[in-house]
Order: sequence, then C-alpha cells, then structure tokens
Amino acid sequence: MGLDDSPGASTSYNDEVINGVVEALRLAVTNLPPDVESALRKALEAEENPAARAQLEAILRNVEIARRTGRPICQDTGLIHYYVEAGVESPILPSLRGILLEATRRATKTIPLRPNTVDPIRHVNPGDNTGRGVPIIHWELVEGDRVRIHVVPKGGGSEAVSVLKLPPPGRGLEALPGIVVDAVLDAGAKPCPPTIVGVGIGGGADTALYIAKKAASLRKLGSKNPDPFLAGLEEELVNAINSLGIGVMGLGGKTTVLGVHIDYAYRHPANYPVGIVFQCWATRRALVEISPGGSIRITQ
Amino acid sequence: MATYHLRTPLSEEDVRRLRVGDIVYVTGIIVTARDSAHRRLLEIVESGGKPPIELRGGVIYHCGPVVEKTPTGWRVIAAGPTTSARMEIYEAEVIEKLGVRMIIGKGGMGEKTTRACREYGAVYTIFTGGAGALAANAIKEVVGVEWLDLGIPEALWIFRVEEFGPLLVAIDSYGRNIISENMARAREKRDQVVGRLVEIIKSKHNLRELGK
Repeated sequence: MGLDDSPGASTSYNDEVINGVVEALRLAVTNLPPDVESALRKALEAEENPAARAQLEAILRNVEIARRTGRPICQDTGLIHYYVEAGVESPILPSLRGILLEATRRATKTIPLRPNTVDPIRHVNPGDNTGRGVPIIHWELVEGDRVRIHVVPKGGGSEAVSVLKLPPPGRGLEALPGIVVDAVLDAGAKPCPPTIVGVGIGGGADTALYIAKKAASLRKLGSKNPDPFLAGLEEELVNAINSLGIGVMGLGGKTTVLGVHIDYAYRHPANYPVGIVFQCWATRRALVEISPGGSIRITQ
Repeated sequence: MATYHLRTPLSEEDVRRLRVGDIVYVTGIIVTARDSAHRRLLEIVESGGKPPIELRGGVIYHCGPVVEKTPTGWRVIAAGPTTSARMEIYEAEVIEKLGVRMIIGKGGMGEKTTRACREYGAVYTIFTGGAGALAANAIKEVVGVEWLDLGIPEALWIFRVEEFGPLLVAIDSYGRNIISENMARAREKRDQVVGRLVEIIKSKHNLRELGK
C-alpha cells in the first residue's frame, strides 16, 4: 500500500473501532499515564531547588486541570503515531488503515487536536493531521486474532533533539555514554525536561531510532529492563545524567531525566548505530485492544 | 527572587526592574508568534510596513495554540509555550525594530537575544513547558487572529490574559541568562561523568561472559 492510499472504512462495527481509537487519543492527550505522574511526584518530593520545585508544581497542577476539564495537557498534541500489533486472523485487519486515518481526522475535530501535519515541500497544512506518510503507522504482524494499537501523539519539541550516531564499531558499547550524555547536554532545556530518554542500539540506522522511540514513549517508567546488564546500565545513566544538574526546564536541580530506556537489535559488523529519542514529561500514550469477539478496551 | 504583577503595554522601567529568577504575572494583551510569523514581521519592517498589531511595549509569546471555532469567534483549549531556540535567529531584530519588551517561551534563548535584551530593555521569561491547560486558564479572550494562511499553530493570535504566569525571568536586561549559565555548569561535568560511565562498562561488560 502506498503512502497516499486511503481506503474507506464504513460499516457500523468499523465506526465503533474508529470511536475507540478517538477515545484512546482523547485519553492520551488529556490524561497523563499514572507511571509518569507518580515519577513526577517523586521528583517533586526529592527536589530542593526552588525554581525546579515551582516548575514541577506547575506541571502537576496542569496535569490535574487537563484531567478535570478534558483539555489537552500540552497544546502540541503531536504527530500521531500508531504502533499496531496486528493479529493475522483478525477480521478487522483489511479496514484497519482506513480506520486509523478516519480516527485521526475525527479526533482532530472533536477533542480537538492541533492540526500539525505540514507538507515539507509546499508548506501546506491540510488541517486534519493526515497527509503523505502521516499519521505514522508501524505494523507488526502477530499470531492470533487480536489487535493491539498503541496510540502515541508525540510532541515536536522532544522530537527535534533526536540523535543518530554511527560510532566506529571497534569502540563498541564504550562509545555509548558519550553519545547519550552529549545528546542530553545538546538538548538542554529544549525537550521539556524531565524527559524519558530512549536509547536504541544496533540494527540499521532506522532500526536504532525506531526502537529508541518505542523505548522512550511506550515502555512504562519503573519497568525493569529484562536484560540485567542493561538494567544496571540504565540506572547508572539516570544517575549520571541527573548529576549534571540541568534540571526541570533547564533551571537546575536533581531531576533531568525520569528514566533511560535501552533496547537493541543485532547489527552489521561495519556499523554500530545508536539512536536517541527523547520523550518529554508530557508523555502521551494509550492502548486500544480489540478482541476477536469485537469488544474494545482502552487502557494506559 | 521577587514576584511582580505587570500590565501591558510594558515600559522600559517595568522590565529594567526584573532580574533573573524573578516571577512575573502579566495582565493585558499578549501576541503569539512562531518561526513563520517572526519572519513575516521582519519582512514587513524591512519593506517599511506596519505589523497588524502594535508591538511597542508588547509581549510576544512563542506558542501555537489548540483553538476551537465558536459561532462568535475562537476559544483557546490549550496554549503552552513552544521551544524558543528556533526563534533565536529573529528575536534580537524583533526586539530592536519593533520595541517588544517581553518574550515568553520555553527552553531558553541564546547570546544574540541576551544582548538585545540588555541593549534595548527587554526580558525573556519562561512558562512551564508542556503546561498547555494551565496557560489556557489565564487566557480570557481571543481578541483577534492574523495570518491564518500560515496555519493555526503559526498564525498571530492576539490574546487578552489575566495574571498569565507564573513566568520565570530567564534572561534579564542586565546580560544574565540563567538557563545558559546552568547549561555551562552542566557541560563542565561532562568529561568526568562520561569517564566514570565508560569505566563501569569496561569493568562490568565482559563480552565473553555475556555470550555464555
């Protein structure tokens, strides 16, 4: 299917699924996930710097207002990303692309979301968050008849400081600390710290960034890396970065990152790709699960 | 660190009182402008024209809001700040030529803007990044919108605000820039922090052991 294709998605069941995706987008942009909110509260408890404390208090007040009023947490409601785990036997599969496009348009109008998609060549904004190549849909085919759609509206401020490096493979993992710390220093206050830093190692260059973004935006804070060596390295990186003192919004203090999440893929002998993607504190995500019986479940 | 409540338009005296770390709440008119709007403002000045709204003593807000059209006008849904660094290439000239007294954004700005703030009497303040719902609460009315051809995020939105803040003075009119000062301190720690991490990796990361 090409970048421009937009198959239709009518029938009443499809309409239910469309509404499910719209509601997941609404939840994602108006309700901060509990793991992120609790990490921010912990950061406030530990913080002694008055400027950083004031920023964290404003963040938490904002989160509360957004939840209570149903307004987006952040006005940058992002570029919409869908990570789909598509059960090959799910009857909805043929219409799913059309469903996601229509859900994006409907959510833009009804929540509302900021119309963010712009043609990079002609500077035209279609006004509905769609266009060539967007919303971004990543497909993973899985066994069975379930469909899980991770909905991630990702802001442009944190995306703007993404990094891809291809250090000499001979240096291997020892090149990693410099790359991560430099990325955090170059990002400074721009990605709205405290952030979650996703680090993707290996694969092709695109793989490194893809798994880095998934690690930053999808993996929950407080979840442990299944690889014990990487779990230890993540903890060391968090402590090292936070010792730099960049702090909330670059104003100093104890918390610059809420977590560092590492993922990896095997690589080519000649390449050692390292991708780094930041997720701002305003982590927008939700999960839509469509069971074979047709029931739709939305969680965060 | 003092707290100030200011009304627009701002005088030079208003902003010369402010020092980095101070907290400000603004009441009056603020005007949003992002990359394209900054470029267009400067193009107008260069061609000898006038911007669609008077910016002398004015407040520019780096913001692309979420808005909703109502039967009578527009309603602001969320309107936190965008990353100010992108406007660094324009801001010094905007302060100089248009007489803007306060910039509101997030993430910090650079040396050119810091110099312009000192020379012409202006400040750069930050609103908490990502706090779009909180900001919208202080926006009482959309007074007008210009340049909608740039798209909703990039248009020039004119807001009437009450007690808009807390805004933290990050660049004052005396050459201080607290975010870049803090980032310079962080950079000094870079080599030591990286060196320690490399040592940890060398000591714990035995590839042959991991392969078993």
